[in-house]
Amino acid sequence: MITDPMLRLNEELVNRIRAHGVECYPHECCGALLGRDAESVREVLDLLPLENRHGASPRNRFTILPDDFRHAEKVARERGLDPVGWYHSHPDHPALPSEFDRAHAWPWYSYVIVSVEQRQPGQVTSWRLAEDRARFMPERMEIAARTRV
Amino acid sequence: MPVKVLIPTPLRPFAEKQECIQFDARTVGEALDLLTGRYGELRKHLYGDDGRLRNFVNVYVNDEDIRSLQKDKTPLKEGDIISIIPSIAGGNFLV
Repeated sequence: MITDPMLRLNEELVNRIRAHGVECYPHECCGALLGRDAESVREVLDLLPLENRHGASPRNRFTILPDDFRHAEKVARERGLDPVGWYHSHPDHPALPSEFDRAHAWPWYSYVIVSVEQRQPGQVTSWRLAEDRARFMPERMEIAARTRV
Repeated sequence: MPVKVLIPTPLRPFAEKQECIQFDARTVGEALDLLTGRYGELRKHLYGDDGRLRNFVNVYVNDEDIRSLQKDKTPLKEGDIISIIPSIAGGNFLV
């Protein structure tokens, strides 16, 4: 088990997550983190925004259904990557995992949360579920400056 | 009869990093019992405290969700592929 997990991604990807959160406000946005996993560092290299399929309560819930999950896997494969985690927004709530997040989480994946307060993007955090499912562990984020081409 | 169970990435660390495991099973329930019998750590991720599959765990036989078949009693034939497909869900503090 990795005791001090780290997620590496660049500033542009973080800004795209923030922008998606703002675009969907006051509903929760969601999407896949596509990248590569190594023992000590996990790197996100691309995103796949997905539709929030929680029809009843999209302001405070998100759902990615199996068909979208499989689509994310297919897109990742085509780009030579893997889904290494998932992101979603917390409209008008802090970027902290809720009990609902924990209860529905899978192990191994990185769960990135962006807070969106009154349509303004706020803090971005990342979490991994403990192997005993008892809690979420914070995951360090290393945000590199945007690469200019 | 011999069937294959595909293990999704997040569960592979609990199954010796295998992507695909073969079992001899007559039903989906039997295949999952064999899987969690061999890899006990998988049980808490697949099943809730009530012993039922968690609602964000989807099990398919070939391309069909077992909820639209006979659930864990869905019969298997030789060469069937059982996939465990995650739903991803969450949300903020409001209930």
